[in-house]
Amino acid sequence: MELFHNPNIDWLGKKWYFLGFSLVFSIAGILSMAFWHHVPLGVDFKGGTQIRVDFTQMPNEEHVRHAMDQAGVRDFTIQRVSDPSGHAANKVIISLPESTATDTAHDAGREAVEHALSANYHDSAFTIEQVQIVGPTAGKQLQEQAIEATLYSLLGMLIYLWFRFELIYGVAAVAAVFHDTLITIGAFSLTNKEITLTVIAAILTLIGYSMNDTIVVFDRIRENLALSRREPLGDLVNRSINQTLSRTVISSGLTFMTVLCLYLFGGEVLNGFSFALVVGILIGTYSSIAVAAPMLVAYQEWRAKRGKTAVLPAAKRART
Amino acid sequence: MGKNLTAKAAFIVGILLVFVFGFLGIPHGGLKQSILRHINLGLDLKGGVHLVLQVHVAEAVTSTTDHDVARLEADLQKAGITGATVGKTDPANPETIVVSGIPPTKLADARGVLEGNDYANYDVATNSAGNSTLTMKPSAIADLNLRTLNTSIDTIRERIDKLGVTEPQIQKYGLGENEILVELPGVKDPAEVEDVIQSTAKLSIHAVVGGPYGTDAEALQANNGAIPPDSMLMHGSGSAGMPDQVWLLKRNSEVEGTDFRDAQPSTDQNGRPNIHFTLTTEAGDRFYKYTSTHSKSSATPGSMAILLDNKVREVASIDGAIRDNGEITGGFTKQQASDLSLMLRTGALPASISYLETRVVGPSLGAASIRQGVIAAVAGMLAVMIFMLIYYKGAGINADLALILNLVILLGFMGFAGATLTLPGIAGVILTIGMGVDSNVLIFERIREELRNGKSTPVAVQQGFAHAWTTIFDTHVTTIVSAAILFLFGSGPVQGFAVTLVFGLLANLFTAVYVSRVIFDAILERKERGATLSI
Repeated sequence: MELFHNPNIDWLGKKWYFLGFSLVFSIAGILSMAFWHHVPLGVDFKGGTQIRVDFTQMPNEEHVRHAMDQAGVRDFTIQRVSDPSGHAANKVIISLPESTATDTAHDAGREAVEHALSANYHDSAFTIEQVQIVGPTAGKQLQEQAIEATLYSLLGMLIYLWFRFELIYGVAAVAAVFHDTLITIGAFSLTNKEITLTVIAAILTLIGYSMNDTIVVFDRIRENLALSRREPLGDLVNRSINQTLSRTVISSGLTFMTVLCLYLFGGEVLNGFSFALVVGILIGTYSSIAVAAPMLVAYQEWRAKRGKTAVLPAAKRART
Repeated sequence: MGKNLTAKAAFIVGILLVFVFGFLGIPHGGLKQSILRHINLGLDLKGGVHLVLQVHVAEAVTSTTDHDVARLEADLQKAGITGATVGKTDPANPETIVVSGIPPTKLADARGVLEGNDYANYDVATNSAGNSTLTMKPSAIADLNLRTLNTSIDTIRERIDKLGVTEPQIQKYGLGENEILVELPGVKDPAEVEDVIQSTAKLSIHAVVGGPYGTDAEALQANNGAIPPDSMLMHGSGSAGMPDQVWLLKRNSEVEGTDFRDAQPSTDQNGRPNIHFTLTTEAGDRFYKYTSTHSKSSATPGSMAILLDNKVREVASIDGAIRDNGEITGGFTKQQASDLSLMLRTGALPASISYLETRVVGPSLGAASIRQGVIAAVAGMLAVMIFMLIYYKGAGINADLALILNLVILLGFMGFAGATLTLPGIAGVILTIGMGVDSNVLIFERIREELRNGKSTPVAVQQGFAHAWTTIFDTHVTTIVSAAILFLFGSGPVQGFAVTLVFGLLANLFTAVYVSRVIFDAILERKERGATLSI
């Protein structure tokens, strides 16, 4: 069985469509981050209190709201929990803003909510499934740490690719991964899904995955460059993408299938996490073909225009 | 099978057994129990309380310099230097002690004291007017901070142990020297734990200089508008049921938390809960000296105040000399008396703390996460395996075996290394599965390509592996590099992801390349020359 028999698709010829596509999604995400839902950070990063309550019966949201009001809990939000299929569960998440979780009066909010619930419901009518209280300093610290760790690891990849290929390969791969991350975070902003620590893990997964995809294509370009030095770079890149196309579609398709299983059967705790992966795998696969490879060609054309010698054909030979 | 191949196959089976042992051990009590004994589950999967707390280490610096102020005064006096004032002028710089007013004739003597070994932790600067500034050395501050953190960890550990929590984890956290992570599996209610940890139970006994007064202003008035430098004003009821009052107390204590050898909840003659304490021998001697010179019948009768967390709990006149046994009454409830004795037994925290993060995961939520995570992972893996069989036929078996072996080795690694599987760790597993399949797809597609180009089967296999290896090597090393960096700079969940990813990818280099190759070779060896391969 074979998916593609000697495909001969002119990928680079479609680069304006790709650019348009990438721009539309990036800009939509950026606009949403700037003006609409912003970056919907979860309690992990924003600080605050989040309490997940499991009721034995479908809770009446108004009743819960009333209970909180009566107990003097301020500025809370109540969010119904539902799994990816939209099926509502008997669960609500009560969130309190950052101001209720100062480093000193850490869990005043939790106590107030627990008090309100037990005053208005039988103790057997609900269980508190999860409590997260993150002080403002801790939230900020986690935020900085996640960003720092991600940037350092991108830098590490860049250096490794520089060492193994050429700097431009590293730059193109990192740019593609950055593009994926931007669009994925944009998707979270557009759908107003909370970005939590587990979502960060998912984004890291997608970075690893997208990088993997890009390197496969780059490796083939490098190999072909070593074999045929006369072929125009555009044709060679197209040929390389086509040669690895079966692999790209199969690998991505299979990973996508795994991730889709996680999204559909993984339950609502993993919802944000698997959502990031579903979006990320699609966009990561796309970007290695539509962003990373064209960047190599564009770079070489730019150098040629400035009268410099092309750097790509001199790419180091594969050696392991 | 050739000799070489037999050896390789034996090697693979050996590896397999070792790693199965890594996560199963010698199985007893069911498969699930056996696995759970060897694989640590994170609190997000197991349920429990996760606390991150911050130790205010600067307090330890303040209290150390406070003590050194008193020590320095005494030492200067001993050296015959009178008229000097020793004190801390700037509350924002608790590490600085200022000595002023040293008579010009005594400057050399004073320098001898200040620059002596007793104050080696300080940098001494003397200006032309003869005023000296002692600043605690940065290295000494760092030492003290670390010691404060370590003592805090020990104290918290003892307190948690006495609460009876099984398998608690208490460790340094983050990059600084002031954060502690406390993980308590199976605990549902963080409130009690937080209270027990947080109570500083800083207990000390001080000599009463004056009071009680109604307010601070009254106290100041009674002392000619200024508090003597060796004293402090403290508030509290002084005995059960009394309103808040103010006392003037000696700043340095006669007895403090670390002097207690034991403390037990008990009741006084009226049946009220109190705390019975025993002092260490050394402190007992000291206390005896103090109480006997200040008892009712002595020439200088006095009273003492018991301070708990900077509140006056009890003020008592000294009836007679006390050596190493005593009682504290202070209007406690039974629970308070028992909590307080626990804290006195385990020692006071060297500095106060505050909470940065509290996370509680109920056991049902954790179990649901595992169940759904496992179902999803298994479903995904089955789908992948079936596809590989259909698409690559015979070679699909190689891939499927490699995939299973990969998972076995990954779990075994985690068991051996004592690593913790978390929810983000499952993400790492998924990426591993993805990259594992990808390695095989890369190889198989390459072999197919070589076959299409008319190469003979053995050559195609050999070339396919050789070509794909470069790519596999690059993708794996890139990802391992980034995972290693994530492990170094990331926090808990991000690290959980990095750990599984690194283990998974290392396993994958072995299974997808080496094992898969051995299987191919074994198949090829049995076939006639020129036979085709099922791929």
